Amino acid sequence: MATTETKAWRNDAYAKVTGKAKFTDDLKFVNVLHAVPVYSDFVHARIKAIDADIAEKAPGVIRVLTAKDVPGVNRFGQIIRDFRIFADDKIRYHGDVVAIVVAESREAAIRAAQLVKVDATPLPAVLDPEEALKPDAVLVHENHGTNLINTHVVRRGNIEEGFKQADFIIEEKFQTQTVEHAYLETEAAVCVPRSTDGVIEVYGSMQHPFSTRRFVAACLGVALSEVEIIGTPMGGGFGGKDDTAAIVCARTGLAAKLLNRPVKMMYRRDWSIRESYKRHPYRVHYKMGVNKEGCITAVQCKIIADAGAYCSVTPWVMWRSTVQCCGPYVVENVHCDTFGVYTNNVVTGAMRGFGSPQMNFIIEQVVEIAAQKVGISGIEFRRRNMVRQGSITITGQKLDGHKVAMEQVLETVLREIDYERKLARSALGGCRSRGDEAQTSKSAIDQSLLTSAPTHEDELYGIGLAMSYRGVSLGAEGVDFCAAIINAQADGSILLECGMHENGQGAESAMCLICADELGVDLNRIRYRRSSTSNIPDSGTTVASRATIMGGGAVTLAARELKQKIAEAFCGKLHCAPGEIRFKDSFITGKSDLERIAFADGMREMWLMQKFPFAFGVFKAPCVSWDEHTGQGDAYFTWVYGCQAVELTVNKKSGKVKLLNAVAAHDVGRAVNPEMVRGQIYGGMAMSTGYALHEEVKAPDGKITTLNLNTYRIPRSMDLPEMKAIIVENPDPVSPSGAKSIGEPANEILAPAIANAIYHATGVRHFSLPIKLGAQPEPTACEEGCQ
Amino acid sequence: MKLSVNGKEIEVQPGAMEKRIVEFLREDLDLTGAKNACDIGACGACTVLVNDEPMRICIKRVKDFAGQRILTIEGLAAPDGTLHPLQQAFVDCGAIQCGFCTPGMVLTAHAFLLKNPKPTRDQIRQAIFKNLCRCTGYQQIIHAIEKAAPHYQLEERGLQAASAPDKPVAGKQSQDSTLAGVEAG
Repeated sequence: MATTETKAWRNDAYAKVTGKAKFTDDLKFVNVLHAVPVYSDFVHARIKAIDADIAEKAPGVIRVLTAKDVPGVNRFGQIIRDFRIFADDKIRYHGDVVAIVVAESREAAIRAAQLVKVDATPLPAVLDPEEALKPDAVLVHENHGTNLINTHVVRRGNIEEGFKQADFIIEEKFQTQTVEHAYLETEAAVCVPRSTDGVIEVYGSMQHPFSTRRFVAACLGVALSEVEIIGTPMGGGFGGKDDTAAIVCARTGLAAKLLNRPVKMMYRRDWSIRESYKRHPYRVHYKMGVNKEGCITAVQCKIIADAGAYCSVTPWVMWRSTVQCCGPYVVENVHCDTFGVYTNNVVTGAMRGFGSPQMNFIIEQVVEIAAQKVGISGIEFRRRNMVRQGSITITGQKLDGHKVAMEQVLETVLREIDYERKLARSALGGCRSRGDEAQTSKSAIDQSLLTSAPTHEDELYGIGLAMSYRGVSLGAEGVDFCAAIINAQADGSILLECGMHENGQGAESAMCLICADELGVDLNRIRYRRSSTSNIPDSGTTVASRATIMGGGAVTLAARELKQKIAEAFCGKLHCAPGEIRFKDSFITGKSDLERIAFADGMREMWLMQKFPFAFGVFKAPCVSWDEHTGQGDAYFTWVYGCQAVELTVNKKSGKVKLLNAVAAHDVGRAVNPEMVRGQIYGGMAMSTGYALHEEVKAPDGKITTLNLNTYRIPRSMDLPEMKAIIVENPDPVSPSGAKSIGEPANEILAPAIANAIYHATGVRHFSLPIKLGAQPEPTACEEGCQ
Repeated sequence: MKLSVNGKEIEVQPGAMEKRIVEFLREDLDLTGAKNACDIGACGACTVLVNDEPMRICIKRVKDFAGQRILTIEGLAAPDGTLHPLQQAFVDCGAIQCGFCTPGMVLTAHAFLLKNPKPTRDQIRQAIFKNLCRCTGYQQIIHAIEKAAPHYQLEERGLQAASAPDKPVAGKQSQDSTLAGVEAG
């Protein structure tokens, strides 16, 4: 059911709309020093010496710090410990930091940074991941012995047999680009040595306080308890504020510790784009077999991802690509190989979607190509092959225990956008055939179909669609559990904290709403505590669209525990069994509505009874499994389903694409904060539009040239159409709150929908991103064949 | 040199004249609502209103603002903290996610609605073209601006009733009087 319009609720909206919210760079500390990073101009080089003598004597400079100054561990990483806090033996990419300059002012530090000299022997750079896999390739990490970081496979059924059963084979090569997160707030940290006990307090823009704490503590060589990460509003992350953000905090923490003064490091946009990790560019060889009944008989694919200079979370990103390499379709015979590869390019790692935007761009085009070969519509092809209740995935997982809503979201979008009727009116729509030739109908666009501005005969109209399913949370990638603390006070107010981080998406607000709902109290009672790694247990990183399901699960379980304690305390007084007590309208109510205690009175009484209304909830993700050799297992404990469609025009003369309208439907389990769910969907579609049409980190010779928001072009308001977000709710039994995920599902399918729409407009398929269109060929030859 | 910030006269010390105005606001006046996000005027996060016109100030210096009237996000809500109807609409419509673009976006929309209180959605889309947002896809921001527009229509009608009958009701002059009226109120 679609949720009706509601007001959004956020605990931080007032502060953010009045300018009172204090982001990291807005924080002020007395006696603060400023640090800036120092880069070299090498892409790959062996370091001989770093000479900071002149820089250290420059006005205002306090100190220049390099790898030699690190008392603890200089090499860190969540999977392979190859990420350097400071480049030590080699420079492996153009964004490698060799030193930081700490000065009384940021300007002084920036001036002095140019005076640090890096003496290094240049090495040949390897910038192509396929070159990097050759036996004689230059090695990025010599001690690793190869540039291959990881492989994953799926081996299902019999691939030869599968292709033998096929009547048609589709085989294409695809390429996707390097993408920048472009969070509006760049990396930033302020580290403050606490005078009372020497603990380093860290205020910073990061989405993984606990991994940041590990990085900082390891760098300083101190215990985890000696570092406290304090929650600070964050200006966007999208997966991008994990390793790099943590390293920025570690360098800043080092300066604060060694100099015993507060230190601030605020990244300039060009430093941020130069240094921070990106979304992996993929090269994919994809081969699909289909029979004439329109069923997929086999899929074989080879995926090569450019990981750049360090591993980061490449194996995990590629694992998701592996598990989801056939999209939401049942395929009996699958042979998939993925390779993560070191190069001297910018590091790549987590970005919203995490290996799915690349694969969906491919799969959702391949199914339409296949449908065309068979001679059925792309929608009919999807209906014949998509996962349904009880289907077995390509990794052998049976989809049950939750509502498999693939068909529901697909049909919802088809109906809402009037897809089939509009497809027939697409420029190519009137003359579809089995041929691959560009075909364009001469007929003008039916104006009544267009939801946006009127177009004229130079515009080719098209509609396109894509859909996906997505494993929720980390799956077999890692340890997956989360904690929440509810601490009711004697006046009936409530302090809430959970191990998930506020990335700007509204995680704290979702936790408050879930807590209020479960306890049956009004929202105003609940105060989300400013988070601290010294207070809440390490609940992992706020990534993988896991905040609402994992955090919400922990909050729900904590609230249930609290209700149990309260019920036990008052069952005598309310003359009923603990299980009969209800919590609603801020009252603790017995069997009869007349027998009740106001929540606030109850909390005071509990204190007098020497009982704490305090609860600690832990939600552990249900078991998952994975066999690395066969690529089989129950990869994720539950799944979400989404579908998006878009209408657009392509200008025949300029090739300019104008989006007219977009519709999305996503099953989110339960929508805790519906306006925020819609916000995730709109934002995801916007980011996906950038992925399809505009965004590309360009780095000829390994040096990024798109270093600011004028050259790295993220979507502006005029690039986007009116969008409609439809929330589908099927509360998930494995999720204590019923809620699942939306952040990433929303951002993984509009790019292929755009590619499909462009095809329906122009008859031209695009196999690489971003899609680049020039003037469209005059369709004269085609029209003849078409009439 | 003097300038006005949020209705308050500010005396600028000679040493601060060469400072970037965004740093002056953020550091000297502790008005941190205007953000640094690109330093080249590409993203709009530093937008404030200068004499009621939105301006991306990250590339400007203090001395460029002698005698000018600056409104930052901190000056938009009522002194008692009550949100301006436009701010309230942003809150209610879910137009805020990470919040980093919000101050610049709200001020750009405010200046736009003062001039054009009956906008179409396309006009709103054009008005915020220079302000980047990476979170929202702009959809709920446009909702919020549309939702707040009736408030500006009321303001405009009130001002027209109060102004001399021979003054034109549309065009630049009346827009200017609207701005002046709102500023004075």
